[in-house]
Amino acid sequence: MASNEEILAGLAEIVNEETGLAPEAVELDKSFTEDLDIDSISMMTIVVNAEEKFGVRIPDEEVKNLKTVGDAVSFIAGAQA
Amino acid sequence: MTRKVVITGLGATTPIGGDVPTMWNNALKGVSGARTLEDDWVAKYELPVHFAARCSTPALDVLSRVEAKRMDPSTQFGVIAAREAWADSGITEIDQDRLAVAFATGIGGVWTLLDAWDTLKEKGPRRVLPMTVPMLMPNGVAAAVSLDLGARAGAHTPVSACASGTEAMHLGLELIRSGKADVVMCGGAEAAIHPMPLAAFASMQALSRRNDAPERASRPYDTARDGFVMGEGAGALVLEAEEHALARGARIYAELAGTSVTADAYHITAPDPEGLGATRALKAAMFDGRIQPEDVVHVNAHATSTPVGDKPEYTALRAALGTHVDNVAVSATKSQMGHLLGASGAVEAVLTVLAVHERKAPVTINLENQDPEIPLDVVTSARDLPAGNIVALSNSFGFGGHNAVVAIRSV
Repeated sequence: MASNEEILAGLAEIVNEETGLAPEAVELDKSFTEDLDIDSISMMTIVVNAEEKFGVRIPDEEVKNLKTVGDAVSFIAGAQA
Repeated sequence: MTRKVVITGLGATTPIGGDVPTMWNNALKGVSGARTLEDDWVAKYELPVHFAARCSTPALDVLSRVEAKRMDPSTQFGVIAAREAWADSGITEIDQDRLAVAFATGIGGVWTLLDAWDTLKEKGPRRVLPMTVPMLMPNGVAAAVSLDLGARAGAHTPVSACASGTEAMHLGLELIRSGKADVVMCGGAEAAIHPMPLAAFASMQALSRRNDAPERASRPYDTARDGFVMGEGAGALVLEAEEHALARGARIYAELAGTSVTADAYHITAPDPEGLGATRALKAAMFDGRIQPEDVVHVNAHATSTPVGDKPEYTALRAALGTHVDNVAVSATKSQMGHLLGASGAVEAVLTVLAVHERKAPVTINLENQDPEIPLDVVTSARDLPAGNIVALSNSFGFGGHNAVVAIRSV
């Protein structure tokens, strides 16, 4: 079980790997599309990498609800519980 | 009045140089880019061929990691070459609606396709990356170059096996002559040094098996030639309507005087032994450029170093140029960099443009005993080309019976 801080740090690493964005730019209130400029293809890659990293399943229909980094952290934390 | 088309920018990444100046210096010196492959898959799959000619500068030394992640290796090479050619052209402002791309590949994203298949088998469909389709599609390189330059007058991908790169030049010329574009980024890219294509080309007996001496394996016109050496990389050329180039005071390397494409309709892989399709292509390119045999001083030959391929090209050259063929300096640059498949025509066009511009013919290496049935004047040490108005030809032939020729004239 990862803490929310650990999930955020792990996500930031995945986002950095995919887009080159600095990990510290990946903050809870940031929108993936509006703030981080992540397109749908990169988002799906990030989702699949997060599934592997955190051992969870993020259904395709759930992805559209993950608007901010915080949404993703909460979902992953909930899925791990 | 036909629009005159000139070449104003050159780019390349190849086994004998990661940019045009390095490649050209090596091409005049005569070096080999072929090396023994250190990859574990050579032994794992018991490949009969243990060597190839990889790009001397890895793509990741040039592109950012994030940029490279979204491109198949073939597209990475194409974008690197296109950026060099674009910078070399000096174009700073352009009507993007008048800028087209004609960027070829022989095979396309073969690494991406086969990696994704491995991932599917090993990890399941969820792990197949969403970028897989745009990375494997053969038009991926033309699309990436179009995106990179903001080229909106069409992004084309001629595919004709090992004639693809030369066919891209043919298409580029037509796009400008017909008024559909003023500038065309032309080129070819290939990255197929993967165990499957190596196994497949070896299976058809096309590859040299000189495993103990890779650097001596590619030997066009030599009696001991036993197949081609797989290479990889990309070449790129900026074609420009002459009036467009003159209006901006561009440095002009040469004129793309004529091009042609023909088909053998003889056999799916074997060249017509009499070289009839190649002869028609040579004659058509010369007719297109209003070129007489006596104008031609240099040929960059297709000459892949296969036992059956090199001779019909000679037959075709003699049929098209007549006895003047004896006065023509012929270079077989695949002896140095191997066969870049769909990129070969573009890279060899870059070399041919430089040969005309610098008036020097590049070197053919490994020619120890010239096949007596191919009595061409082969350039084995860098040679000066004459002053005055000169023309050079570059030939490319591809499986499927494709023949393509470009004619480059001095300016």
